[in-house]
Amino acid sequence: MSYLDFLKEYGPRFWDGALVTAGQFLLATALAIAIALTAGLMKLSRNRIVHGAAVVYIEIFRGTSLLVQLYWIFFVLPLFGITLEKFTAGFVAVGMNLGAYGAELVRGGIQSVPKGQWEAAYALSMSPAKRMWRIILPQAFVNMLPPWGNLLIELLKNTALVALISVSDLMFEAKQINGSTFLSAQTFGTALIIYYILARFIVTPFMRWLELVMRRKLGRA
Amino acid sequence: MGFNWNWEFTWEILPKLLHATLNTLMAAGLGYAIAVVLGMVFALAQRTPYWALTKVVREVIEFIRSTPLILQIFFVYYVGPQFGLKLGPWTAGMIAIGLHYSAYLSEVYRGGLEAVPKGQWEACTALNMSTRDTYLRIVIPQAIPPALAGMGNYLVGIFKDTPMLSVIGVAELMHTANAIGSSSYRYLEPYTLVGIIFLAISLPTAGLIRLFEGYVRRKLGLK
Repeated sequence: MSYLDFLKEYGPRFWDGALVTAGQFLLATALAIAIALTAGLMKLSRNRIVHGAAVVYIEIFRGTSLLVQLYWIFFVLPLFGITLEKFTAGFVAVGMNLGAYGAELVRGGIQSVPKGQWEAAYALSMSPAKRMWRIILPQAFVNMLPPWGNLLIELLKNTALVALISVSDLMFEAKQINGSTFLSAQTFGTALIIYYILARFIVTPFMRWLELVMRRKLGRA
Repeated sequence: MGFNWNWEFTWEILPKLLHATLNTLMAAGLGYAIAVVLGMVFALAQRTPYWALTKVVREVIEFIRSTPLILQIFFVYYVGPQFGLKLGPWTAGMIAIGLHYSAYLSEVYRGGLEAVPKGQWEACTALNMSTRDTYLRIVIPQAIPPALAGMGNYLVGIFKDTPMLSVIGVAELMHTANAIGSSSYRYLEPYTLVGIIFLAISLPTAGLIRLFEGYVRRKLGLK
């Protein structure tokens, strides 16, 4: 079977898998951003309990493997009465894991905003919430966008692990096709190229564009 | 079943898991050793005057860095036999994980190498040193200390990625926990213990790396 015939026959399944991967990526990204913001702000809190909770969360999720977390969420959590469907368990595990890494970026981004900005907002008697949303976070956001670009590539790659709990993503389809055709080079090679295209020609350019837009909005470009 | 932690079962499986931890550590160590050396080769290859080589290596690194490790493990393990080259799980796993992390480490080295001031190069030229001597005795020793933080992070990273080797049957921690889980139908204890073992190793290691990095920097008068 030539490679073209192979693509003709299995292309639709790669496409379906890639769509599931894209879905996992988008949902996990949304969750990771929400968690990163919450945990990152909590870590900056002066309240020791709030700070401690964020530290425990971040260290647990950064200190163990995503695969361990995924299996734990999928196989052990039901014992506590929380049963997640495999698709949900997949993006929840990936999002929670990458959210812990993102929290450190949020913390670093906020700390990189010059002190004068805090003082100026204080002098204008802005409320702490308004100061955070209107002054600090937009500037922190621009500062942390480049590392977020790398983090999102990591996230995309990590979604491949959900195949191990049988979410029918790109990785899973590749495994299935390999199992029935034994054309490993073609199958895994195609999947690798699709992941590469997603990372290099979709996620990275989008983040570059976002960086440019945000910098313009703050009048820095 | 429900949530009830069985201590008897815990003591029964703990020795097995600790034994598998040795395999995990060995996998991380071997993979890292490959990555440390190969990463330097990749980094140096990008500094040669041959632009075709530089370009190809650059693209290969980008490709490795933007595709999932788990897929690379499958690729290395299954593609060999298709062409008559059968690799064992350990060999395939070490090649895949070593190659993956060498791409990351080469970026860390690259940053370190580029940070070496130009004057150092000019001094070496003035002293009539060969390129090989310049690299081995002057440039690389100065490029490593600033790269240590990144190198340490990837040591912890490679350790945390070893569970992926379980998919091709490397008998490391995750593989053992899976086997225990599927034979006893108890997942709570094995998976929780695996998590605890990972934390117990990666957190102190990360701390030690930070201390070591500070020590080296002070020793070299960098900070």
